[in-house]
Amino acid sequence: MTDSIATSQTILVVGGGISGMTAALEAAECGKQVMLIERNATLGGRTSLLYRYFPKMCHPTCGLEINLRRLKGNRNVRVMTMTQVVSVIGSRGDYTVTLKVAPRYVNDHCTGCGDCAKAVEAEIDNPYEYGLAKTKAAYLPHAMAYPQRYVIDASIINTPDGEKALAACKVGAVDLAMQEETIVVKVGTVVWATGWKPYDAAKIQPYGYDRYANVITSLEFERLADPKGPTGGKLLRPSDGREAKNIAFIQCAGSRDENHLRHCSRICCMASLKQTQYVREAYGDAGKSTVYYIDLRTIDRLEDFYVKVQKDTTVSFVKSKVAKIVEDKDANPVLHGVDTEGYHRYATAHDLVVLAVGMEPEANGIKLPDDMLLDSSGFIEGSRDEGMFGAGAATSPLDVNRSVQSATAAALRAIKVVYKTATVEG
Amino acid sequence: MSNQNQQAVARYQNNFLKEVEDRVEDGDWVKMCMQCGVCAGSCPLGDAWEHTPQKIFMMIRAGKREEVLKSDAMWMCTSCYNCIVRCPRKLPITHIMHGLANYAHRMNLAPQRQPTRVIAKIFWDNLVKTGRVNELKFSLAMYFKDGFSQGIKNAMAMQSAGLGLMKAKRLNPFEIFGGHKCKDSSGIKKMIAKAREIEDRKKGYTPL
Repeated sequence: MTDSIATSQTILVVGGGISGMTAALEAAECGKQVMLIERNATLGGRTSLLYRYFPKMCHPTCGLEINLRRLKGNRNVRVMTMTQVVSVIGSRGDYTVTLKVAPRYVNDHCTGCGDCAKAVEAEIDNPYEYGLAKTKAAYLPHAMAYPQRYVIDASIINTPDGEKALAACKVGAVDLAMQEETIVVKVGTVVWATGWKPYDAAKIQPYGYDRYANVITSLEFERLADPKGPTGGKLLRPSDGREAKNIAFIQCAGSRDENHLRHCSRICCMASLKQTQYVREAYGDAGKSTVYYIDLRTIDRLEDFYVKVQKDTTVSFVKSKVAKIVEDKDANPVLHGVDTEGYHRYATAHDLVVLAVGMEPEANGIKLPDDMLLDSSGFIEGSRDEGMFGAGAATSPLDVNRSVQSATAAALRAIKVVYKTATVEG
Repeated sequence: MSNQNQQAVARYQNNFLKEVEDRVEDGDWVKMCMQCGVCAGSCPLGDAWEHTPQKIFMMIRAGKREEVLKSDAMWMCTSCYNCIVRCPRKLPITHIMHGLANYAHRMNLAPQRQPTRVIAKIFWDNLVKTGRVNELKFSLAMYFKDGFSQGIKNAMAMQSAGLGLMKAKRLNPFEIFGGHKCKDSSGIKKMIAKAREIEDRKKGYTPL
């Protein structure tokens, strides 16, 4: 299938996380035509997998709800999920983009009733739980999913399970014959809001993320704390399901390290400080959080939050980059190192270790057009022809607040390109 | 030698970091340390040291010249390279430790009886004489480093190993009479003297 569905005045936004949604909405609300494409089955990206935001400790569902409301009320945005960019050719104001749409096996008749999930027996790793939980092979990504449509995993196509899903659907939404499609569109500008991914913690060999069950990443900890997550919001140790009350947070797990990521990921200090408050929320004074850090970087007004956490008696701070982790006979991770304030050698056991993993550009795994300019860590700086832009965490390690600012700026830059195109075309 | 030390003190006043940057092998890396503590925690001999590398770097910046150079800490380094591999800023920590030890030796501040220093001195003196290491003389010098009677005891204790080496033709007793040399011993000596001269000039030592 190759037909043109856009003109060169269209803005293409790649990535439907908080940055992509924002960029798309800001441009659309200015009256521009926008295509918002997302690789996954739902919009929302990594923010929708967080339990709370810092510094106000509010839930991401709130902001997402507002954005989804804006999206539903705007006729200028066309949303395509399960869609990836294959290639971009052309130049500023006139790009030809080839998109690949993966089959969802569920069409837009879906009412989200969940009958297919009840019928299907096969289970897959839940892609929205960082491997902490399983889900049925017919599933709704998560409670805030947009569109609210089920997905049938490709692994059950041509199996009896696939037929069960088809039989269970009362509204004829299951379409097992759906095929991958290739679409070619003409657009004026592209905003790359491709976001970030956590640094692979297993590469930090001395921390044993790949060897010790009770060493987890900060993102997995978000899922543990979330009432909608795999443990129903209880902070349970992966090894034995016991409640983890004495939790260590290791900062700069991968960041600021010539052997791993050269840059400071900027958000992890605040993320860990925030997560110490999950521990307090769960256990009150009976919880214990220890933050191991090189130095804590809480920029401008966020420092107020740091000051607040410093006053919390359940939270202590150790100025030291942990040298290594070993496991004792009860599967407790024991942290070894030397602290910088007095040079004391320590070997401290905790119930659970949370690695504040660094942010790596997701685009490190995506083939971007050759025209893109990247910094030394792979973050997007722009394009040589100044017709494509980065937005949000694709450009730099940013928190949600700053991602939204960055996305709004990218929307304005994109509008400028489209405006010039429109003027030239008269 | 101590004259050399007085000149260094006069020249660098209280700026020990500058002195290390100028005169210690890889010393210009010291300012890059961000005091994370990974070297100290990763060192397999960590708790046997008086000061860990992390602490030594901070002491250098704090101008604790005597404490650093008189310490035996950097002489304890076994060159396992764990610290270099782990350092998030890629400081060549092992090399800096050896550089500091060497500098402390030249300033004649290093601990006199420090075993690593003693063995290094014996090895060096042995090597520069003929341009070849005379293993027999080297072993004997090591046996007798703590006095004559201790030397006899050491030699007796190691007797069977020595005989075994002789049988395997790994140790020649006639080496005691001069021993094997390189073809041009005086050339080697000149080369070493020239290297020393270049190093002294680069590091700003006043000629001996």
